[in-house]
Amino acid sequence: MCRIGSIKSKVPVHPSKALHLMLPQQEGHDNSGFAMVMQDLYGIFSNYKDKPLLSLACTQAGAHLVEEYMDSHNFLQLAEWIPVPDKKPDLDIQAMPYYIFRNYDYPEHCDSKEEREELLLDTRLALREILDCAGEGYVYSFWPDVLTLKEIGDPRDIATYFRLWDDNGCLVAKNIIAQCRQNTNYDIVRYAAHPFFLQGYTLCANGENTFYTKNKEFQKSLHRGYIGFESDSQNFLYTLHYVLHELKWPLPYYKHVITPLPFAEIDQREDREVLKAIRQSLANLEINGPNTIIAGLPDGRMMTCCDSKKLRPVVLGGDDTMVAISSEVCGLNEILPHRDMTKDIYPNEREIVVIDNELEVKRWKQ
Amino acid sequence: METIKVQDIAVNDLPWVIEHHADRCTLCGSCVASCTFGSIKPVVERQSITVSQANQPTPLHRRIAVPIIQQVADLAKACRGCGMCERVCPNQAIHPRRNPDSRKTLLSRDNGPVKRGGRTNLNAQRTLDNIVVGRISQMTDPSLDAQRHTFDIRAPFGRVLAANELPLKMENGKLLMAKKTPPVQWIYPLIFSDMSIGALSTRAWEAVALACAYLNEKCGLPVRMSSGEGGMPVKLLESEYLKYFIIQIASGHFGWNRIIKAMPHMVTDPGGVLIKIGQGAKPGDGGLLQAEKVAEHVQAIRGVPKATLASPPNHQGLYSIEESVQKMHLSMNAAFGFRVPVAIKCAASATSVSVYNNLLRDPYKICGGFFIDGIQGGTGAANEVSLDHTGHPIVSKIRDCYLAAVKQGLQGQIPLFGGGGIGMTGNAAADAFKMICLGANGVFCGKILIQLLGCVGNEKGRCNSCNTGKCPTGICTQDPRLVKRLDVDRGAQKIVDYVLTFDQELRKLMAPIGNSSLPVGRSDALVSTDKAIADKLGIQYVC
Repeated sequence: MCRIGSIKSKVPVHPSKALHLMLPQQEGHDNSGFAMVMQDLYGIFSNYKDKPLLSLACTQAGAHLVEEYMDSHNFLQLAEWIPVPDKKPDLDIQAMPYYIFRNYDYPEHCDSKEEREELLLDTRLALREILDCAGEGYVYSFWPDVLTLKEIGDPRDIATYFRLWDDNGCLVAKNIIAQCRQNTNYDIVRYAAHPFFLQGYTLCANGENTFYTKNKEFQKSLHRGYIGFESDSQNFLYTLHYVLHELKWPLPYYKHVITPLPFAEIDQREDREVLKAIRQSLANLEINGPNTIIAGLPDGRMMTCCDSKKLRPVVLGGDDTMVAISSEVCGLNEILPHRDMTKDIYPNEREIVVIDNELEVKRWKQ
Repeated sequence: METIKVQDIAVNDLPWVIEHHADRCTLCGSCVASCTFGSIKPVVERQSITVSQANQPTPLHRRIAVPIIQQVADLAKACRGCGMCERVCPNQAIHPRRNPDSRKTLLSRDNGPVKRGGRTNLNAQRTLDNIVVGRISQMTDPSLDAQRHTFDIRAPFGRVLAANELPLKMENGKLLMAKKTPPVQWIYPLIFSDMSIGALSTRAWEAVALACAYLNEKCGLPVRMSSGEGGMPVKLLESEYLKYFIIQIASGHFGWNRIIKAMPHMVTDPGGVLIKIGQGAKPGDGGLLQAEKVAEHVQAIRGVPKATLASPPNHQGLYSIEESVQKMHLSMNAAFGFRVPVAIKCAASATSVSVYNNLLRDPYKICGGFFIDGIQGGTGAANEVSLDHTGHPIVSKIRDCYLAAVKQGLQGQIPLFGGGGIGMTGNAAADAFKMICLGANGVFCGKILIQLLGCVGNEKGRCNSCNTGKCPTGICTQDPRLVKRLDVDRGAQKIVDYVLTFDQELRKLMAPIGNSSLPVGRSDALVSTDKAIADKLGIQYVC
């Protein structure tokens, strides 16, 4: 089982905060790994917020392959952070030899937003293919102001290994989405651990997607970035990306795509023509099964919603400086013990709850 | 001793042999009266008996004449095994018995190809029974509750556009439809298949139509019924209920004179138009209505004289799919102002995928559904050689078409409906569910409906006499005396009850795989214990 959590804060926070959010929920998430995406970075990345940051776990040979590719494609390296691990004995971690977080400058003649978005995706996909073929590593994200870390093992030990307990101000962000489990349904594959990332969209999911096969068969031909499918939760991300980035529809329509209203309810609505058209055109992106998702959007907003039968819960709570979303309320109690609990939100099956950059929480009913 | 004439037909040459127990027979004559085929007749048999009636043995030999029921040794009057005699007999004195040594197939070709109704009797294998719903939600993804949860059991009928082709515009953060899109109706995934007035008796057709209307009006299930080739009663064409009917146009265009004349008087649009190119029971052959069944009202509806009505194998003037799209689809769409889905029905064939690809790539985007009819579909009349030796199974064909669409990312744009043998064993919901998991949006069925009305025919050679005008159940005949055997209301009720159970059973299958809407293309929900089937369909092999 998964447990998912996220923090959105006005003040940059350390990853340890996310760990404190997740660890009380360990009975549900089995402690088999740790993965997080940090967005809106500060600390050592403060000066490079507009420059794409590559997040990579690889061997030495893999690092060479990546350097070679980036050089030949005119990416200029600006900064690099290679964590120096704390290799204590008996840590439960299946570590890769190198973890590289590197900022690059865009190649020349790549000025428009769209061009850059496509270039960054193509580059990540190319690096992924190179590393996959060679069996020398994993590339998780390549995007400005976004850092991804994923590893297999006990989350506490992973944190020790990467010195994430040392709140030294080096690695901080205003948005963190995290999860503490490797994929235990199928093979352990690093790419299968959520959060997943694509062109500014980050998503993790708790639950099952019983329409995985339908989703996958459809998404495969929708976009070149929809690959992997190591986990049924990737479908949620790809649909989010497709609805918002490709179709450019407003966020509330994402909910209409993944959990469309029953026909009987659609018929009662003024916008039935549009809702019906969406339901029939994107029937293959509907999600069934018990699930909850947390997603981060390119503009920094964070959102959550759950399946249409509310079979998996999620709770959102916070104060003036920090709002967090968590599978279980015990996570919130750990990091936000003094919040007004009466204001906690348990989203219902027809809601999208969005936290904007001012920490204002909006609830949209489908 | 009589000379044996081996070329003469004997009772033991026939497919069914009547077993008559004279000792139980009360000579009421009901069996003879009920047999529509004239297969039995009362005769007087000479019997020789010896009886002792005194206290001491005093055998007395007598010759008596006894009236008995005898089977007629005539191929044209061969017993069809319908069992009406058995039904009416008060004393269980008579019943037909299947004759494994029948020579009928060999001997009955004196007057050209053998004609009959029903299904293929040779290719009745059941692929669907080798497939099991094997992906059951346990532990992490709990099954739904078939009783408590809501399920959206609907299928699109009409041309679905890709999301990026939808003419949407944005106003105040809301999407609005800027232009008209092709009509799409969300209907129940079980369509009552095309059986014409003519093939069916008016009462049988009325019973099916009644069930269809009842399911819509009273049960909230938007079931659609195809008219079959042969038109519809004008009263129905001009009624509100027309919206539940899909009007069929086939190569004979029978009934369209009346339909066109009724158009200005229609108060609602029909539920759809179905262009029938071919049917699974007799692919490459047109519709066939024997003169015996072209009664006065059939002549009136179709605008024809009393004669055998053989529709051409093709729509005249149609020689390519492109032409079909331009001429037939466009004119049918235009006829109802582009407000009514126009679908096409073809016999399953080795070429079905090509046809489907062409339809999917049609730039006009006006094909609203692809109905594929498999070899196990039924018919009111066909040459037996077509029924038994031509056609294509439906299960893999639906899968092939679905996967062809998946390959192009076009799945769901032209809804797929599969038919031909759905519910052959009585389990239509399980059949439908498996077809849907393999990629069908819905299924259509016809034979099972008339079986619910009372048809006793099966694919083991029982009855199959729909073509003769002598249907013993009053379903496939226009003989007013026979038609009265059918109780329209009870028949309709039987269909309604079956469909309501079908709906419950679908839920019982959707719940364990955790789906509240139809699992179209969810092949991962199926497993097969047959390796060849698993490989062909791309589902998991289990043992």
